[in-house]
Amino acid sequence: MTALLDIDQLLDQMESGLRQALEQRGVESPVLIGIRTGGVWLADVLSKRLGIEEPFGELDISFYRDDFSRIGLNPRVKPSSLPFDTEGRDIILIDDVIMSGRTIRAAMNEIFDYGRPASIILATLIDLGARELPIQPDVAGKTMALESHQRVKLRGPDPLRIELQEAGQ
Amino acid sequence: MTANDSSPHHLQLTRDGQLRHFLTLDGLDRALLTDILDTADSFIEVGERTIKKVPLLRGRTVVNLFFESSTRTRSTFELAAKRLSADVLNLDISTSATSKGESLSDTLLNLEAMASDMFVVRHSQSGAPHFIAESVTPGVAIINAGDGRHAHPTQAMLDMLTIRQHKGQFEGLKVAIVGDVLHSRVARSQIRALNELGAEEVRVIAPGTLLPKDVESLGCTVEYDMTRGMKDLDVVIMLRLQKERMEGALLPSEREFYRLYGLNQQKLALAHPECIVMHPGPINRGVEIESAVADGPQSVILNQVTNGIAIRMAVMSMAMGGQVSERQQKLSERGQA
Repeated sequence: MTALLDIDQLLDQMESGLRQALEQRGVESPVLIGIRTGGVWLADVLSKRLGIEEPFGELDISFYRDDFSRIGLNPRVKPSSLPFDTEGRDIILIDDVIMSGRTIRAAMNEIFDYGRPASIILATLIDLGARELPIQPDVAGKTMALESHQRVKLRGPDPLRIELQEAGQ
Repeated sequence: MTANDSSPHHLQLTRDGQLRHFLTLDGLDRALLTDILDTADSFIEVGERTIKKVPLLRGRTVVNLFFESSTRTRSTFELAAKRLSADVLNLDISTSATSKGESLSDTLLNLEAMASDMFVVRHSQSGAPHFIAESVTPGVAIINAGDGRHAHPTQAMLDMLTIRQHKGQFEGLKVAIVGDVLHSRVARSQIRALNELGAEEVRVIAPGTLLPKDVESLGCTVEYDMTRGMKDLDVVIMLRLQKERMEGALLPSEREFYRLYGLNQQKLALAHPECIVMHPGPINRGVEIESAVADGPQSVILNQVTNGIAIRMAVMSMAMGGQVSERQQKLSERGQA
């Protein structure tokens, strides 16, 4: 069984949240970095919505995951690509779903290996709670909680849609 | 899943087909070789950053166990391990010919007692890394950095990465390997990799005295005349003349070898105009290759060196990853039992 959430509504929410966050911080020329795969699709959409012409970055955090000692290397790792110098930049970091916070920790570790950014704003499409680390998004399209048998997944890139999967059915 | 742990092909793979040792390209299929190349591509990007390091092997100990000296291979393995954040111990052990077997076992026991996680092994005897992989403590990964005349799989894979970078794919490629195939562990691994990855033709060009018996059975065609052999080539791989291995009268003279099998601009002009020139190094200028070619626009010899670091990072992290996931799997099975 699959229920759909309205992606446009969530994107509207992200866009207005980001505009507000940028204004509050007085950030004038941010750069976007999307975490593969869903975050990259969102970075593409949001860079157009926010009118950011500078190409966005794509981050593959496989080399920075904290579960290498348990599951080994992700066999489908792709190169990260940051087509700008992160040093001193204001970054908007984008992922599709935040839960434990471990992906974001890995992503921030990776970003700092490219240089020292001036600031990072974290934006996610869906915040599922269930945090294991003290990391919170500045902007979320929607905050919700899942039952233990439910999974949520962003499909894309064209069209983007959100799938809510009921496991075991 | 009934893979037998002790069979040679499965020695280097986990039950679910992940790499856990890297000893030979035999038994590794196209999908896995492609995974290695793809992972290496991601590590190339890491090598271009300000901080050329990722935390994958943080806290792990890699021992470079070189029973045969090799500056380039050892230093690229060392750099690869350091860029994966591992601690690296370099041991250059020159063996006395008489006590090799015994001293090898003893050396290993001592190193295992230091809680090493990975051995990178270079040995003059074929099969030494296999032997070590069979006897080593579970959880320790063995990487073959060249054994006897048998295999040099990381060199072959860095060559494949270099070819893919310049040619995009292997289908339709005509590739020649020129020179001392007889003494070359690199050539064997290259022929195997090129065939598995789908090259159209693998040609060896050498005098009969520098070819192993039944060389065609490795999966290649043979050409004794280099002028004929250069025709239509997309890739030409020059082998180093193994001077230190040359025993007996296999060659009339170096000068004669260069005249017949050395790569100069005239011979290169017979190949496809976009043919790339490769050499595993170190090059003997004026013995296998003319300086104008080695330093020329078609040479990708220095790309090979850069790619060597990325390939070694890929293989080391994949083998270590296979070991840890296997260990984890066993623990959870034991927990369920």
